[in-house]
Amino acid sequence: MEFIEALMNYEYMQKALITSVMVGIICGAIGCFIILRGMALMGDAISHAVLPGVALSYMLGINFFFGAVLTGVLTAVGIGYVSQNSRIKHDVSIGIMFTFSFALGIIMITMMKSSTDLYHILFGNVLVVRTSEMWTTFTVGIVVLSAIYFFYKELLVSSFDPIMSAAYGLPNRIIHYALMILLTMVTVASLQTVGIVLVVAMLITPAATAYLLTDRLWIMIYLSMGFGVVSSIVGLYFSYMYNLASGASIVLVATVLFALAFTFSPKQGILWRSMRSRMNRNSITNN
Amino acid sequence: MIAISVKNLNVSYHGEEAVKNISFSLESGNLVGVIGPNGAGKSTLLKALLNLIPKDKGEIQIFDRSVRDIRKKIAYVPQRSEIDWDFPITVLDAVLIGTYPNLKLFQRPGKQEKALAYECLEKVGMTPFSNRQIGELSGGQQQRVFLARALAQKPEMYFLDEPFVGVDLGSEETIIHILKELRDSGKTVVVVHHDLMKASTYFNRLILLNRELIGYGSIEEVFRPDLLAKAYKGQFAFMEQIGVSV
Repeated sequence: MEFIEALMNYEYMQKALITSVMVGIICGAIGCFIILRGMALMGDAISHAVLPGVALSYMLGINFFFGAVLTGVLTAVGIGYVSQNSRIKHDVSIGIMFTFSFALGIIMITMMKSSTDLYHILFGNVLVVRTSEMWTTFTVGIVVLSAIYFFYKELLVSSFDPIMSAAYGLPNRIIHYALMILLTMVTVASLQTVGIVLVVAMLITPAATAYLLTDRLWIMIYLSMGFGVVSSIVGLYFSYMYNLASGASIVLVATVLFALAFTFSPKQGILWRSMRSRMNRNSITNN
Repeated sequence: MIAISVKNLNVSYHGEEAVKNISFSLESGNLVGVIGPNGAGKSTLLKALLNLIPKDKGEIQIFDRSVRDIRKKIAYVPQRSEIDWDFPITVLDAVLIGTYPNLKLFQRPGKQEKALAYECLEKVGMTPFSNRQIGELSGGQQQRVFLARALAQKPEMYFLDEPFVGVDLGSEETIIHILKELRDSGKTVVVVHHDLMKASTYFNRLILLNRELIGYGSIEEVFRPDLLAKAYKGQFAFMEQIGVSV
């Protein structure tokens, strides 16, 4: 009740709710493609790699986006370059490049600003969202959702069977880097809500939860967005009521939802799985 | 009509030659087996023909055009091991993907495409499974679904990579029956295959490969002991050691 009253009375609460719901939707949608393409680690890397870009934008006084997209994509290219041109494996290459980028960003921010700013960028604080940031999130949401809507076919086939999509002439590499660009935009949009460090959880946890519950991609996308939204609202509630970090509360709720699906999913849940195999074993021994 | 014309094709992986000096030309309306031992470069040849990997040297023409111009008329059925069978997609939706190359940008598959997908599922006998997730099928059923996807593309040419690996006998018969029908209707079908036993009954042309082109032509021209020994000499070495002469 107190939470709803606060929502009615305080504008900052309304902004916080609207922004975090939008972040839940955007991350949930694009997260499906991230996990289906086996890019969870890459998502983590790119979200960390926007940090120096954000710092650079601060210095130059330009919109976060330009810097974030620049360093995000540079890191993605660097990861690919190192793993393709040496015996270094992809995951190692990811580890090297994104920690470098992240460290560089930390140094840049501490050099020019106070450490509170760094804290906010790393962990987010949805209760101090400004109107302009809310609109930024909204714009990113429109871009991401329309990209998924209009290129659904291409995203589906290049995720499911990249050889076929290349064979009939789809530009797999461009699709890959376009996804990376969207990912950097989503990270910037989520800065205030969950922060850089935990964005990856919003990208992959709701999507993984949905993945356990359905065999159809479009249903998975809707479910994932739904789980993102529920996590955001419930997380915000706990954050407000008990004065907890907003990003961390949202991520914890998302993980609880995952644990429920992991246990109770009709097809994939460990509960029914073990029951099915036990029943199967019993019927064999009884015969 | 000449379906595939290859001149002096060389392809390498990281500086190692995978196939070299391949030249052949193939008329349309043939069912061709690409045979050879493991590591002979069979899949590499197929991927080079599809322009999926860069070639070092040589020329490839399909229906007298470059592959780039004609690739929507070529259907590719991948090895089963290359597919993520946990992907959230149903049998029907997987077959619908076959219609994508013929759709425009932003165009979604409509009633017509769905009807076509059902028709193709019917041909491979998989209609009752249309709502299943693809990972719930047996190996043979999965292969039939991917053949249905290729049919839905309505191509002039089919490339299949090891379609009979891990496939039950019934599915194998269904698949080879459909491939022969396609051949008889004038389509060109190229199949990478490692099992010599059935090659002579399945195909009417053979490409015998071991890095280089060892033999090419009709079954009689290629199924000769000297050519087979040349292609499989590494594999036969152990037989000589235990006293069998080849």
